[in-house]
Amino acid sequence: MLAAAILVAFIVLPLAGLFFHLQPGDIVAAMQTAAAQQALRLSIVTTFCSLAITLLLGTPLAYILDRARFPGRTLVDAVVDLPIVAPPAVAGLALLLAFGRNGTFGPLFGALHVQLSFSTVAVIMAQTFVASPFYVRGARAGFAAVDRTLEAASATLGMAPLRTFAFITVPLAAPALIGGAVLCWARALGEFGATIMFAGNLQGVSQTLPLAVYLNLESGDVPIAIVLSVILILFSLLVVLAVHTIARRSV
Amino acid sequence: MLHFDLRLALREFPFVGSGDVPSGVTVVEGPSGAGKTTLLRLIAGIVRPQTGLITLDGRTLTDTRAKLYVPPHERNVAILFQEYALFPHMNVSANIAYGLRARKIPREERNARVRRELERFDIATLAQARVTELSGGQRQRVALARALVIEPAALLLDEPLAALDVATRQRVRKELAAQLQQVNVPTLFVSHDPSARELFPGPAFHVERGTLTQLL
Repeated sequence: MLAAAILVAFIVLPLAGLFFHLQPGDIVAAMQTAAAQQALRLSIVTTFCSLAITLLLGTPLAYILDRARFPGRTLVDAVVDLPIVAPPAVAGLALLLAFGRNGTFGPLFGALHVQLSFSTVAVIMAQTFVASPFYVRGARAGFAAVDRTLEAASATLGMAPLRTFAFITVPLAAPALIGGAVLCWARALGEFGATIMFAGNLQGVSQTLPLAVYLNLESGDVPIAIVLSVILILFSLLVVLAVHTIARRSV
Repeated sequence: MLHFDLRLALREFPFVGSGDVPSGVTVVEGPSGAGKTTLLRLIAGIVRPQTGLITLDGRTLTDTRAKLYVPPHERNVAILFQEYALFPHMNVSANIAYGLRARKIPREERNARVRRELERFDIATLAQARVTELSGGQRQRVALARALVIEPAALLLDEPLAALDVATRQRVRKELAAQLQQVNVPTLFVSHDPSARELFPGPAFHVERGTLTQLL
């Protein structure tokens, strides 16, 4: 009992403490700074971009991982999960070595006059790299839980495979798909390590909310760091509530 | 006429069988796990045989020698699954309309045909009901309506009475017999219960450890 209470208090108290440090005047002042506004806008734009990319590419991947039997499937499965446990700084370094100006694919993009590293695109890439496995895992479990007899019934009633996927598989897996997407988005929103390594910390270009928190703390603008942290915590709270609601409703 | 001649290795024994199914009900009896459901899945195209041939009214659905295989959604072979496999996220009407939607039949005709099935199976009051709220007997009628509304070229029923409690079963089996009497396509009625043959005294198959034999 006591042990449980200690852990809960350890998690809740520092986060709640953020709110005590919050002065109403600070919120207005912080949100009037260009850095805070740009960070908020950049975070929203990039996280929705990386979420869109993840949905587009991750949905077929999750479906294939659940349904197809091919050599190396277990390996692909493990590799997809890797970014969940790998340190984000390592992910950032790997992205830099692959897509940076002097990286493996650097000359290729250089020839096209595209510089990926230290750009907004790099932010989206870092977020997708780190966050997409959360969606793929959730979606995979969702597809696995769909009763295959219902898909067979759909086929025998004349529905082509893609339409069966759209009318039967996706709606029945929807709670897991939405839950995975919400987690993926939250992970992208909090992304710090890979972003700062691969995309840098340039205001308006790659300085997302977590990076702005870090920079403002370093430069002594603690109130701004607190306000931005509170915004991030509120988003996280919404995400946790959303995931729990979905999980309860789908039981 | 439905003709099949099929072979497929299963876990413990191969399924082997050939036969002709005329219009009307043909019972497929045999103990559970003997391969009865496998026969239905092969004919519907849900599983592929290792070797074999299936023709329906002169149209070849499967011919392994010619490397021909018509996918299930192009066969027009309807299955009534054992647990009915109603789509839980759709109401009764949407379930029945599903096969018509697949055939891109215009909404007005679709609605008219769904209404006709609802009346024929005496479930018009349930049109907007969620399928999860239905009783076993009602589910079965919805599933049969959904299968018949597409005017299938063959109808396959997998233990259609097994999911019902004993009390409903007696009533539903007479009802079902009367309904199937009006279906004029090759119909396979799979049952582990030997009394199914009293209900449908026509031709029958027996399946035992994967081997199918014609009884009449």
